[in-house]
Amino acid sequence: MRRLAELSGLVAPVLLLALVGVVGTFTSRSVQFQFRFALVMAAIVIALYVFVGSSGVVSFGHVSFVAVGGFAAGLTTVPEALKLSLSPDLFPVIASAEVGNAASLAIAAAVGGVFALIVGVPLMRLSGLSAGIATFAVLVITNNVLRNWEAIGPGARTLSLVPETTSFLQATVGVIAVAALAFLYQRSRWGRVLRASSDDPAAAQGAGVDIYRQRLLAFALSGALAGFAGGLLVHLLGSITTQQVYLDLAFLTLAMLVIGGFRSLWGAVVGALLVSGINSLLLTAERGLDLGIGEVTVPTGTRLVTLGAVMALILLFRPTGVTGGRELTLR
Amino acid sequence: MTVLQTLVDAVALGLLYALVAMGIGLVFGVMRLVNFAHGELLTAGAYALLLTNDMPLAVGLAACFGAVVALALAMEVVYRPLRTTTPTTMLVTTFAVSFLLQAVALLAFGARGRNVGVLSELNRAVSIGDLRVRWVTLVSIGVGALLLTATALVLARTDVGLQMRAAAMDATTAQLLGVRASTVIRFAFLLAAVVAAAATVLLTVQRPLVTPSYGFQLVIPALVGVVVGGLDRLVSATLGGFAIGFATAVLGDVLPADGRVFLDTALFLLVILVLLVRPGGLFGRTRAAWERV
Repeated sequence: MRRLAELSGLVAPVLLLALVGVVGTFTSRSVQFQFRFALVMAAIVIALYVFVGSSGVVSFGHVSFVAVGGFAAGLTTVPEALKLSLSPDLFPVIASAEVGNAASLAIAAAVGGVFALIVGVPLMRLSGLSAGIATFAVLVITNNVLRNWEAIGPGARTLSLVPETTSFLQATVGVIAVAALAFLYQRSRWGRVLRASSDDPAAAQGAGVDIYRQRLLAFALSGALAGFAGGLLVHLLGSITTQQVYLDLAFLTLAMLVIGGFRSLWGAVVGALLVSGINSLLLTAERGLDLGIGEVTVPTGTRLVTLGAVMALILLFRPTGVTGGRELTLR
Repeated sequence: MTVLQTLVDAVALGLLYALVAMGIGLVFGVMRLVNFAHGELLTAGAYALLLTNDMPLAVGLAACFGAVVALALAMEVVYRPLRTTTPTTMLVTTFAVSFLLQAVALLAFGARGRNVGVLSELNRAVSIGDLRVRWVTLVSIGVGALLLTATALVLARTDVGLQMRAAAMDATTAQLLGVRASTVIRFAFLLAAVVAAAATVLLTVQRPLVTPSYGFQLVIPALVGVVVGGLDRLVSATLGGFAIGFATAVLGDVLPADGRVFLDTALFLLVILVLLVRPGGLFGRTRAAWERV
C-alpha cells in the first residue's frame, strides 16, 4: 500500500501531461502548436529538475545540452546536399549522417548525456554560486562555438527543413518518458542519496556519500534528458538557430522550474505548463480573446510585461513555488 | 607602444565593469542576494539621460541619478519578502524582475536603439606620443578611483558603514546587537544606486546606443566577474569585475584576427579554470566549502 502511494507521485504528472496532449488535439491549428510547445518545454524543465531538484545546485548550463541535442537531431535528419549548401566545411561524418526520427532522438540524448558527462567531470567539484556561474560559462562557450565553428553545424545560419515529426503523440509520449525516467531516478538509491546530501552535505559525507560522484551521475542523466528534449524541440520547430537555445531559454526554463517548485517533479511539470499556458493565453489575447461576454484585446507588447509581473509576483509570494515543492500523492 | 595602448584600454573597460560589480557586491554583502536587475538600474539611468538630451547637463545628471536611486529604493521594497528564501529562489526572482523591467522599457521606448548625446565630447582623444587615450578613459579612471575610495571610506569610517560590514560578516549576530537590517539594506541599495548612476554616465559616453537590454548585457559579465573575484568581500567582488573587463580587452587584442570570434570561449574557459582552482574566488580569502543550506 505504501509503495502504491509513492507511485502515485508519478501518476499526477503523467495524467496532467497526457491531459494537455489530449485536450490540445481538439484545438485550432495555431493553438495546437502552443500545446505541443508547452509539452516540449515541460520536457526541458523536467530534465533540468533532475539535476537542480536533487542537488540543490543552480544550473544555467542545461540549455547547452538542449542545444547540442537539438542540433544533433536536426543535422542527422536533414539531407546531405542541404547541409553542405548551408555549411560546406561540415565534417564528412556529420554531412553524410542521415537517420530516421526515432534514431535522431536517441542520438540527441546520447550527445547531450556525453557532453554533460565531459563537462561535469571538472565542474561537479564546485558548489553553490561558483557552480552556477561555471555552468553559465558552459552555456556561453557552447553557444559561441556552435555559432562560429562551421565544421560541426550551420554556424550563425538557420538550420531549416528539419522534418516536423514532433506530433502530439511524439510530444506527449516523449515528455511522459522523460517524466518517468526522472521519477525512477529520484526514487532510486542514487536519487535519494543526492537529495539527502543537498539537504545536509556534511552529514551525508559523514555517512560515506561521495557527493561529487552522485552529482556527476545526476548531471549526466539530466544532460541526456535535456538533449532528448532538444531533439523534440527541433522536430517541433522544423528549424533552429543558436540564439533560440541560449540565454532567454535558459532563464525561462529555470524560472518555470522555480515557479512550479524546484524540489518536486510535480512542481517542474506544473511550473512549465503554467508559465507556458499564461504565455499562450496572453499571445491569444493580443490577437483578441473571446471570453463569451465580448472580445478582450490587450495591447501589443503588454504580454511580456504581464508575463514578467506574474512570474515575479509568484516568486515573491510563493517562494517555494506554486506546489510548495511537494509531490501530489495520495498520502 | 601597442602593449601600453592595450593596457590603457583594458584598464578603462575594467574600471567600468568594476563599478557595476561593486553595486552588485554592495547589495550581496548585506542581503546575500545576487541582483540580476542591477543592470536595469543602468538602463533606467541611460533612458533618463536620453529623455533629457536637449536639456542642460545638470538637469540630465539629476534625472539620471534621480531615476536610478528611485528604482533602487523601489527594488529594495520589492525584494523584502526574499530575505528568508533560498539562494536559488532569490536569484530567479531578481531575474524575473529584470525580465519585467526590460519588458516595460521595450513597451515604453521600443526595441530600436537610440543615441544618448550627453558629454559626447569626452570621446575625443589626446595623443601622448603614439598612445591615443580618449578623455572618457581618463575621466573613468578618475571617477572610478574616487567612487571606490569614497565607498571604502563610508564603509570604514561611518556608523552605517560599520553596521553594513557587521551585517555582511554575520547578519544574525549583527541584528542581535541592534543593527537594523532594513536600514542597512536600504543604505546598501542607495550606495549601489549612486555608483550605478555614475557608471551609467561614463558608460553612455562610450556606448551611446541605448536599448531595453542595455544594462542586462553589462550585468552578465560583471556578475561573472563578481563570482570569479569572490563574493564574500566587496573588495574581491569589485576586483573580479575589474579582472573580467581587463581580461576581455586584453584577449580581444591578443587573439589572432580569425580567432577573435572565439573571444567568449577563451574568456569563459578562463573563468571555469579560475573557479576550479579557486572556488572561493580569485581574490577571496576562503575556499568555498560545501554549502550547508
